[in-house]
Amino acid sequence: MEEYSKKVMDHFFNPRNVGVIEDADAIGEVGNPVCGDIMKMYLKIKDNVITEIKFQTFGCGAAVATSSMVTEMVKGKTLEQALEITNKNVAEALDGLPPIKMHCSNLAESAIKAAIDDYRKKNDHRK
Amino acid sequence: MNRIIYLDNAATTRLNPKVLDSMLPYLKESYGNPSSIHFLGRENKKAIDKAREQVAKSLNAQFNEIFFTGGGSESDNWAIKGVAFANESKGKHIITTNIEHHAVLHTCKYLEKYGFEITYLPVKSNGIIDIEDLKKAIREDTILISVMFANNEIGTIQPIKEIGEIAREKGIYFHTDAVQAIGHIPIDVKELNIDLLSLSAHKFNGPKGVGVLYIKSGVNILSMIHGGGQERGKRAGTENVAGIVGLGEAIEIATKDIEKKSKYLITLRDRTIKELINRIPDTILNGDPKKRLPGNINVCFKYIEGESILLMLDMKGLAASSGSACTSGSLKPSHVLLAIGLPHEIAHGSLRLTLSEETTDKDMEYLLEVLPPIVENLRKMSPLIKNK
Repeated sequence: MEEYSKKVMDHFFNPRNVGVIEDADAIGEVGNPVCGDIMKMYLKIKDNVITEIKFQTFGCGAAVATSSMVTEMVKGKTLEQALEITNKNVAEALDGLPPIKMHCSNLAESAIKAAIDDYRKKNDHRK
Repeated sequence: MNRIIYLDNAATTRLNPKVLDSMLPYLKESYGNPSSIHFLGRENKKAIDKAREQVAKSLNAQFNEIFFTGGGSESDNWAIKGVAFANESKGKHIITTNIEHHAVLHTCKYLEKYGFEITYLPVKSNGIIDIEDLKKAIREDTILISVMFANNEIGTIQPIKEIGEIAREKGIYFHTDAVQAIGHIPIDVKELNIDLLSLSAHKFNGPKGVGVLYIKSGVNILSMIHGGGQERGKRAGTENVAGIVGLGEAIEIATKDIEKKSKYLITLRDRTIKELINRIPDTILNGDPKKRLPGNINVCFKYIEGESILLMLDMKGLAASSGSACTSGSLKPSHVLLAIGLPHEIAHGSLRLTLSEETTDKDMEYLLEVLPPIVENLRKMSPLIKNK
């Protein structure tokens, strides 16, 4: 089968920011067990900036690598900047993905969006 | 990488060096066309005949019932389409199972477009069909039953003899895809009442790209390839002589020590399965514990995904396989694992280890040493499990 890039393999074998944030300000979960990918993102947000991020992923090598990569890309960014990150950006940052795995990078983008949505909903309530 | 342990023998096997030696003359000095009159042609014709004899002997078939093809998928295609279209005046109903190889399933799907009706028999949770289901499925217009001998993923062995008897009694042709079984369990086409049987050389230490369709004499079947008179006019084209010679040699070697080989493998297999279940919590064995191929292990580790396991094992020099979506090239996990009733998320976490007689106790010890921490680490990453 088509080979993964060195960067994908690096992020798969040494995933960054794996885990759970117990007192997360936002949680985003996407995917489903039927298609074999679930991504869960935990965010700490301070002054509109993502200060801390952790993930849990059930999925293939590409799913793990895109999760790991996207956490690195959004850490320290404002929510607006984080929302601008597309699946294409994530795939490019990993030096590409095999065509059949492109949907995995889609999940990474959606997981971040889901988490930020979660945050905004919660904060609207507080107002 | 300091070690290489190959545990993917259901995908393909290593070419036996003796088989390679038998092939080399036909890739080098003996380059004649078997159809030629001159000495180089005759020599090649003789080599093909010898291989045909070797295959016939291994299956307890007749010399003229062996047809060489380009591999297992071609044999399956030929058997099913060839019988279907040759006998459609008698009926257009075919019975198969929902755990067949795609070479059978997709061929049946194709036939549906031409008005054939296909019954896909379900399997029980151990991966074996219920013979009563088969009896009930038979109709007046049933022309073919195609049930695989042993499954490529979970290794379960079907009740071929009983199926053969039923088919014979009802006058229905019986085809079996024996690609995974040949050379690993004894097969006698006469005793088992098999009318058509597919096999592929590279699954028993022969070369890739060559196979056989056994067609019992008298079976009404169309030709696979029209052209010259090769394979008694049924499968035209200049023969893959070296491949055919290799297949003949490989099948003779593989079927010779079958009892001894399978005894060794069954011991190794069962011990490994027991240890995997002991050492790794939430591990499920897929398929029947006894009625399975001697070298087949297929397990699911809950909460994790198969491709991730394979990549981790790969790093440790272990070559294995999985039925997860990412390894099947689609978004769905293996149809076989779903057919035995596994939920999607568990089916995604399957690992198939297929051993050969070259696999040693030491190899299995190494596997049992490296696999538990891999599963543990992946589970730590999984959102499906509540971590402490």
